[in-house]
Amino acid sequence: MSGDTSATHYVAPIKDGTIAVDVVKIAEKPSNLWRDAWADMRRRPMFWISMVIVLVVLLMALWPTLFTQTPPNSNCQLSDSNGGPAAGHPLGFTFQGCDIYARTVWGARTSVSVGLIATIIGSVIGLIMGALAGFYGGWLDGLLSRVGDIFFSIPYILAAVVVMSVFAQFRNVFTLAFAIGGFAWASTARVVRAEVLRVRQADFVMASRALGKSRFGTLIAHVIPNAIAPLLVVTTLSLAAAIVAEATLSFLGVGLGSDTMSWGNDISQAQQSLRVAPMALIYPSIALTITVLAFIMLGELVRDALDPRARARR
Amino acid sequence: MSASTDTPLLRIRDLKVAFDTQKGSREVLHGINLELYPGETLAIVGESGSGKSTTASAIVNLLPGTGHVTAGSITLDGQELTGLTEGQMEKIRGREIGYVPQDPMSNLNPVWSIGFQVKEAIRANGLATGRKEIEARAVEVLQQAGLADASKRLHQYPHQFSGGMRQRALIGIGLAADPKLLIADEPTSALDVTVQRVILDHLASLTKEKGTSVLLITHDLGLAAERAEKIIVMQNGEIVEAGPSREILENPLHPYTKKLVAAAPSIASQRIQAVHERQGIETSEDIAGIPPTVSVRDLTKDYKIRQGQFRSIPFRAVDAVSFDIPKGKTLALVGESGSGKSTVAKMVLKLEDVTSGSIAIDGVDISSLSGRETLALRRRMQPVFQDPYGSMDPLRNIGNTISEPLDIHGVGDKGSRQERVLELLDQVSLPRELATRYPNELSGGQRQRVAIARALALKPDIVVLDEAVSALDVLVQDQILKLLAELQSELDLTYLFITHDLAVVRVAADLVCVMEKGKLVEQGTVDEIFANPQQEYTERLLQAIPGVSIALGGRSA
Amino acid sequence: MVGYILKRLLQVIPVFIGATLLIYFLVFAMPGDPIAALFGDKQPSKQLHDALVAQYHLDQPFIVQYWYYLTGIFRGDMGTTFSGRSVNDVLAATLPVTGRLAVMAIGIEFTLAIIIGTFSALRKGKIFDNTMLVISLIFISLPIFVIAFLAQYFLAVKLQWFSPTVGATNDWGDMWLPAIVLGLSLYAVSMRLMRGSVIDTLNQDWVRTAYSKGLPRRRVIPVHVLRNSLIPVITNSATNFGVLLVGATVTEGIFNIPGVGNTLFQAIRQHEGSTVVSFVTVFVIIYVLVNLVVDMLYGLLDPRIRYVR
Repeated sequence: MSGDTSATHYVAPIKDGTIAVDVVKIAEKPSNLWRDAWADMRRRPMFWISMVIVLVVLLMALWPTLFTQTPPNSNCQLSDSNGGPAAGHPLGFTFQGCDIYARTVWGARTSVSVGLIATIIGSVIGLIMGALAGFYGGWLDGLLSRVGDIFFSIPYILAAVVVMSVFAQFRNVFTLAFAIGGFAWASTARVVRAEVLRVRQADFVMASRALGKSRFGTLIAHVIPNAIAPLLVVTTLSLAAAIVAEATLSFLGVGLGSDTMSWGNDISQAQQSLRVAPMALIYPSIALTITVLAFIMLGELVRDALDPRARARR
Repeated sequence: MSASTDTPLLRIRDLKVAFDTQKGSREVLHGINLELYPGETLAIVGESGSGKSTTASAIVNLLPGTGHVTAGSITLDGQELTGLTEGQMEKIRGREIGYVPQDPMSNLNPVWSIGFQVKEAIRANGLATGRKEIEARAVEVLQQAGLADASKRLHQYPHQFSGGMRQRALIGIGLAADPKLLIADEPTSALDVTVQRVILDHLASLTKEKGTSVLLITHDLGLAAERAEKIIVMQNGEIVEAGPSREILENPLHPYTKKLVAAAPSIASQRIQAVHERQGIETSEDIAGIPPTVSVRDLTKDYKIRQGQFRSIPFRAVDAVSFDIPKGKTLALVGESGSGKSTVAKMVLKLEDVTSGSIAIDGVDISSLSGRETLALRRRMQPVFQDPYGSMDPLRNIGNTISEPLDIHGVGDKGSRQERVLELLDQVSLPRELATRYPNELSGGQRQRVAIARALALKPDIVVLDEAVSALDVLVQDQILKLLAELQSELDLTYLFITHDLAVVRVAADLVCVMEKGKLVEQGTVDEIFANPQQEYTERLLQAIPGVSIALGGRSA
Repeated sequence: MVGYILKRLLQVIPVFIGATLLIYFLVFAMPGDPIAALFGDKQPSKQLHDALVAQYHLDQPFIVQYWYYLTGIFRGDMGTTFSGRSVNDVLAATLPVTGRLAVMAIGIEFTLAIIIGTFSALRKGKIFDNTMLVISLIFISLPIFVIAFLAQYFLAVKLQWFSPTVGATNDWGDMWLPAIVLGLSLYAVSMRLMRGSVIDTLNQDWVRTAYSKGLPRRRVIPVHVLRNSLIPVITNSATNFGVLLVGATVTEGIFNIPGVGNTLFQAIRQHEGSTVVSFVTVFVIIYVLVNLVVDMLYGLLDPRIRYVR
């Protein structure tokens, strides 16, 4: 479309009668942050792959007998020690003659339960501390942030080491989960606090107060729902971290008892026969890595879906 | 500059620009033609999305993201610019074409000193060599741009400068190499109004002196007419009208241009003032008979600003402000940033505590109210805020947002609330289907209409509008102001209107209070203030309205 | 800037006291005999038992105990290990070793993270970027002891490029394999952070303004993009240091490096509670100090902190 604008006064051909201002365009389907995020995730194959892996692992944790009939602990015969794959024992035998496949399957239960409980503890504490500190500010923020800093300055695995060393008599899933979650909440709290601070500035929070809603009511109804998105990402990634933490602690010898089946324990015990029979170490490692990978991929996908800036980074 | 005035310095022919999206290529400029002659200033005017900034970026090949030129030609002094390699373009940028961007804060790298960023421009364009020479030239550049203490300023960082000073530095950088063409993309939109005028005056004198051609991008038609000899009006990636500034303002031919001329506050304000002066000015005596709905006396607000770890100094944001708003009228609180106007609004809304002074609504002092009485008060007084993108909970649909006040105050049952929501949507001219939609599906103007609907839900008497139209495009702003005027007369509403734009005050308000640094400088009816400002600050604000020097009748320089 | 430094120093003190108090509390304020807990399943002789009670002042109220402990730390007396050696002696011997390992690992981590992160960001969405993202995802998911074992098995035992353990000769050159393992375990997070930071910076307005001045790409990227992008990566390295400490413990244990981490590793394995507590405290002190140093560094890098308006 050209027009000679070097002429004194140029006017473009007028198309139709009135010039409409600010026309409302209604899209096919309603869209908000969560709907858009779901539509985005649904389309990505990585999402489905991760979900499948997670579901398989969860099934293994809840009903191990679905995957293997071989008892993982009671049928170990030293004569089979370090043996290769045989009929009914697809992955071979450990140093003590136990079936690697069975132990790997049963190991899922420990890892998942510790991971889940530790994450729930950490996320709940983190959410409460972070939200209160971010929303109310002032001395409460100062106090809670200081407490958070103190817990933050002890790397949570080391803290769990201390706790488990001291509470050696109470080596069970709950103690371990508390040891991990009870210290890991500090980083969750920081993330929640930052997001709550950001949301708190928004005009709709001020509008809610001007309408007559109480401060606490505004926190629950408006601030927290809008601050949840990063919490979701952090929780998913925390789950992965907690599973790794359990494995690391078991590897160090301060996880659950050495006769408990856990991937970390298996890897630790397989260390001594590494040169002779590496498979006893490799298979639980693969199981551990794939599980953690699935959760981390999910966490990243959720983050990409919820954060428009992250989408720009893809 | 020796080029004859017959050949254009910059010539754009049939320029088309497109962006690559997931759904294919999307054309945003559909064939632009323009000519800029040496020493001339040409303004491109348009609302957001018109393509004015895209055109400017295309000239220096700095289109954002996936933008690229798909057709057409851009020639500078006979040299074709489209199709140049990056290396060739680098030589043109800075040396032949200077660029002044819009937002002075985000356009300077915060970790390097101002001097560093000026010097690298000088070095890159071969203006000086050797440390001493470059340093001297840098000082010269900043001095020319109007910065005092230039040699000391070189070592300072962007965050230590004020907004106006940063913009001067950017202008200095843009003109450092004496380019033939300077592209100024909304160079003063992010600055206070009085600072705007000073900087634009300075820019005009610099470019006159050097004979630089200027391509000025702006959304303000008044500013364009004042600063440029020729205006091009763009809409939706096309040029709709072009010609000498005077011509466009006095005789717009295209319907879009006509709408712009009618709606642009800076121009409209001149016209309205002219009309009112002819008809007779409304003075304070005329209004004195109406009972005040909002009565503010000696309102003061002190904040404590933390200095270092332990000390805190008191900061007086609002200093003994008093005014009355008669029932059914609109009072505008106008001032630049830091004047305290928003703080006054928040105190009236009881969102901030009062340090001293009183606020009375219909004669009742609001600080003496109990919790339940305050809740009842809130039914009568509602806000509309500035940021259309932040004033609504993005997770609630429109219907829930509008009905929230009804929920909080327990008005009616579910059925009647739904009815009221639909009624309100009608009142603000929005389709009823929007009740189940979410804020992110709407434009800025549409969201403000939802905010207005929410404010009206409880049938209040008073509406506090805190910069409610400042973030909107000109035509949308005009629409919203008309809607507000309609609603005011229909529902007998009293408005407290906060704004930094004196031109909008002329268009929208009956009374005005001018604030500066927390103090009330002058107040009166809008007619009075515009015709006879008493205080120097008021006079400066009036002079700063773009286009004021164009005699359209009424105020002239 | 001085104000900033003072503020940070003042903040460190309560955190430091709080952290050491917390650890102390976990051990000594719990019900039951803390000495028995520290000994685990071993039984101390009455002599040793009483000596420890005296050393830890267990006959006094908890706060007094903690006071003795805290003043002890400031005096430089960190107590004794299980075997009777003073913690200070052990530290003197092992800290330099761990220091070398840490420096090498961090060097590897940052070099890889910055280079690969930057190139990934500049080639966003292309093959190089996607490949590097997948590889980093795998490294994030692999627990460090898995990386260590795999490296030990494939690179040392099978390919024999390195020796599988380090042992007594622990000079710079001998620690390549464990340093690579430790560095790789940290690299993935830093690389992604750098990548994200560069991508964000590339979108900033001042980058476009830099180009508009006529600056070439080879100047704009290092001066106006990288310098700004590094800031979040460096501040993150403070938190990452905690991961390094845990990683060092595991790595030194697996590769048999006589460093601080290994001492802790052995103590954990052998259920030597008091040693564990002492050395975790050492790690916490180091962590808090490193955080402080990184904060100072951040103050230097960002002029907005250095010169308050």
